[in-house]
Amino acid sequence: MHISVNVDGVTYADEVEPRLLLVHYLRERLGKTGTVVGCDTGNCGACTVHLDGHSIKSCSLFAVQANGREITTIEGLARDGKLHPVQQAFHSNHALQCGFCTPGMIMQAIDLLADEPDPDDETVRKGLEGNLCRCTGYQNIVRAVQDAAQRMKPGAGPEIEQRTPHAVGGE
Amino acid sequence: MIPAEFKYLVPSTVDEAVRMLAEEGEDAKVLAGGQSLVPVLRMRLAAPTALIDIGGLTELTGVRDEGDSLLIGAMTTHYEVQRDHLVQDHALLLKLVTDTVADPQVRHRGTFGGSLCHADPAGDLLAPALALDAVMIIAGPGGRREVPAADFFVDYFTTALAPDEILVDVRVPKHTGWSAHYEKLNRVAQAWSIVAVAAAVQVRDGTITAARIGLTNVGSGPVRAADVESALVGQPATAESISSAAVRASSGDGYKDNLARVLTGRALTAAVTG
Repeated sequence: MHISVNVDGVTYADEVEPRLLLVHYLRERLGKTGTVVGCDTGNCGACTVHLDGHSIKSCSLFAVQANGREITTIEGLARDGKLHPVQQAFHSNHALQCGFCTPGMIMQAIDLLADEPDPDDETVRKGLEGNLCRCTGYQNIVRAVQDAAQRMKPGAGPEIEQRTPHAVGGE
Repeated sequence: MIPAEFKYLVPSTVDEAVRMLAEEGEDAKVLAGGQSLVPVLRMRLAAPTALIDIGGLTELTGVRDEGDSLLIGAMTTHYEVQRDHLVQDHALLLKLVTDTVADPQVRHRGTFGGSLCHADPAGDLLAPALALDAVMIIAGPGGRREVPAADFFVDYFTTALAPDEILVDVRVPKHTGWSAHYEKLNRVAQAWSIVAVAAAVQVRDGTITAARIGLTNVGSGPVRAADVESALVGQPATAESISSAAVRASSGDGYKDNLARVLTGRALTAAVTG
């Protein structure tokens, strides 16, 4: 079946078998190996990407179901060589050891912060319920997400993003 | 793992989906949010010949106010149910149960109707659907029919849906102003309930005037704790009346019978005390 999918800002048109999982499409067709497969059961969340702005597990979706839609992977977060604030917070807080769960953790953390801009410890843990880490015990991951929340507060971004909303748009 | 091959069909209307189901025969399967079905296909526990993807049927999404009841589109995602103000105001129990389904990623894709049709006895949404007297609105080749939740859940993973029928809407009677709680026992994050209790209670001037209680994962489908409900009516909303009613949740002496009684007590207490 023919599909057209926008991944990390680039539109791809491809012929795929209906049974091809989105995660395999991303990794094997598009070479986006930043998104990883951790389990075969939909439990681990390592393959989390955003579909039209919401986190999903790309192992539980066929590529054909993403036809006409927009995907963001871990590879689409950095801008001009600069890490996304959540990536930077994971780095600064040592929120990973082996790093295998990290792409999914970061994608889910970004989703969580969109709904909960200033989450407490419990909210972070609930929000990351669908992502498993077998190394860290989650402590530094929770810390990183809360640190990222501070980094992403209005006014906390780089200068270009510090303008007040009404100043944007050139009225 | 890689699923077995299947034919992939994308209908643009419910009627077309029903026609496709009839044409493809009983080995065809409807693909809704896919959060149970896709893992099942990946593990090759099932190998349908055709998948009819109703993910694009926007007519099946959203919550509508129908006066005495809410009409919830079968393809409304858990995430949408959680955030819907009508559900919050008129079917609080359903919101509280939906909050506990799987994890955020699954709730973004998984659908209310899909969960009901999958009919996993450990699935969380069956018990509140039964307890709140939800009615399934089903489309088939002969038009639409309605099936109450009490008749819809037939057995393990089995519903009253015929192979060529699709659940389109779920009518949930309004329970405005009722307090509610879902008491779920599971060992680890995102695990299925060992047993869970969905309870909605109406309290007026300190007296319980009505109660609706559904049990998750104590049988081949959801179970209504009707004896507890009737024992509560007319009683004061106190710990004593709750504990004497909760023991009627199950009469057996097995592990899950005991859990049903204990968790019913906890669910009612939490609902009443808020």
